[in-house]
Amino acid sequence: MAEIIVREAIAQGLREALERDERVFMMGEDIGAYDGAYAVTRGFLKEFGPERIRDTPISEAGFVGAAVGAALVGMRPIVEIMTINFSLLAMDQIVNHAAKLRYMSDGQLTVPVTIRTVTGGGAQLAATHSQSFEGWYASVPGLKVVAPSTPYDALGLLRTALKDDNPILFAEHALLYGVRGEVPDEHYEVPFGKAAVRREGADVTIIGYSRMSHVAEQAADKLAERGRQAEVIDLRTLRPLDIDTVVESVKKTNRAVVVEETWRTGGFAGEIASAVQEEAFYHLDGPVARVGGLDVPAPYSGPLEAATIPNADRVVDEIARSFGI
Amino acid sequence: MKAAVNIDKAQVAEFYRKMLVIRRFEEASARLYMQSLIRGFLHLYIGEEAVAVGAISALGPQDYVITHYRDHGHALARGMDPKACMAELCGRATGSSGGKGGSMHLFNAKLHFMGGHAIVGGQMPIGVGMGLGIKLKRENGVVMVFFGDGAVNEGEFHESLNLASLWKLPVVFFLENNLYGMGTHVERTHAAGRDIYNFAEYYKIPSVQVDGMDLMEVHEATIEALRHVRAGQGPVFLEAMTYRYRGHSMADPVNYRDNSEVEEWRINDPINRFKMFAMGEGLITPSEVERIESEVAELIADAVEFARESPFPKAEAIYDNIYA
Repeated sequence: MAEIIVREAIAQGLREALERDERVFMMGEDIGAYDGAYAVTRGFLKEFGPERIRDTPISEAGFVGAAVGAALVGMRPIVEIMTINFSLLAMDQIVNHAAKLRYMSDGQLTVPVTIRTVTGGGAQLAATHSQSFEGWYASVPGLKVVAPSTPYDALGLLRTALKDDNPILFAEHALLYGVRGEVPDEHYEVPFGKAAVRREGADVTIIGYSRMSHVAEQAADKLAERGRQAEVIDLRTLRPLDIDTVVESVKKTNRAVVVEETWRTGGFAGEIASAVQEEAFYHLDGPVARVGGLDVPAPYSGPLEAATIPNADRVVDEIARSFGI
Repeated sequence: MKAAVNIDKAQVAEFYRKMLVIRRFEEASARLYMQSLIRGFLHLYIGEEAVAVGAISALGPQDYVITHYRDHGHALARGMDPKACMAELCGRATGSSGGKGGSMHLFNAKLHFMGGHAIVGGQMPIGVGMGLGIKLKRENGVVMVFFGDGAVNEGEFHESLNLASLWKLPVVFFLENNLYGMGTHVERTHAAGRDIYNFAEYYKIPSVQVDGMDLMEVHEATIEALRHVRAGQGPVFLEAMTYRYRGHSMADPVNYRDNSEVEEWRINDPINRFKMFAMGEGLITPSEVERIESEVAELIADAVEFARESPFPKAEAIYDNIYA
């Protein structure tokens, strides 16, 4: 059992795949000579060479489409899009192509492409560099969407992703790369579609993913100080979505709040809330609450930005407002 | 028309037969569309047959083809069974994609025919990536990427040319310049005018413009291009000047051009022109022409009957093959 950070966990998963399978190669902006914008691929160029650690032009549609094409002829590309904001330039390739080719060819084509990208705000990068679009992608059949929050999950989910034969969006939160956690020495994988119960409790279920599952845990700490026990669920993957674990929990706690970093309007939290109400309506003491990002473009200034992103206090306040606890 | 490369009688018959298969297939699909057996968008390739046949016939089985949504001609030229194509157009279970793709999304992975892509320009980075995959696997295939003049103004066009040239990938970029992006003439959409092949020069890609109504010219230019690409010298760009007699799709009332323009292009009809050339050179006889015509008529009639009689997909199929 070693204690490592998320960045190291992801690097380990990538390295394993590159060592195991010569069909695996990486493409992206500044992943090689620069060592990666977030330093995930530090040293990879020297270790694996320029053919497999391929620096690309700033050409997101070009290199994501190229990954799809390479996959069609039998390679297993891993693409890094520097941030999820830039993924919009490749959205045609991700949504119109990668997600559709298997279905439109009725199973003739296979698209084993893992698209790693960096999501989230909180680093004062302002409106164009602070967004969280993984929920958008999670609405697209044909894609799988992964959003880990711990080193253990980052490695376990990445191992699963890199063995999967489908296009996968693997969303790494910019502020979680330094999060530390224990990772077993022996091999393990974390399956898709299996949420983690981070903490058990009987009074309210707090549902989050990516960085917001940490916020959910902080909120649970604050509630505990007031004698309330929250159950915290980390979704880990948005598609496939493990709604069963959420519903089971809500049947026990009778209260649910979904925490999400992106804008509350049209967010993926709405999907969770709706599913819970469909599956567990008669177990609920009140409407499923949502805590999301404020409906504004992310401002640059520190205090303003902090006010837009959900935090533990806002979660606790929302629980008090919605449920009176 | 000229014949700088050696061409034998069997090849001539095959070229003629393939162009005629496409022409008759398209005419039949237009009829089925009018009968509502084909729905959605239907983009006909009539007038452009010499491009698909001249180019694709120069490829080997190890090579790949990827194209845009006006894809029936490329699919048939690559060897797809007209029955599977027609059944797909009719949305039947026996279609090449079990009825899930339709006219714009024909695929046959075994023939290395990788679609049929309906977002203008979207197939270009994918084709480039196929070239990258081939190169990384140390295989010797070439990817032929078809696109139209409309795609040239998309960012993906430029990104694709840049990547393919930068990484010296085994790709033939094949522009079918039929002068119209839907109803808008290329001279109203493209700052550099109608001769688009010049663009490739900037990306350090050798480029040639050919008469797309002349099968032999297309074929010879393709052979020459493949020689360059197979030698590991990176991509080549070919521009075939061609014309579609019909509208953009069956839904197009064709208000944007005069009929006289269409008639002018018809004088150079690629099928008739090739036939006259072949007969003039003694490479085909009138009786062989007649035999091919009746064989093709039968082939297409069979395809139509097959499609008509095929069942629609079962309801359970709706969730099949979303994921591998």
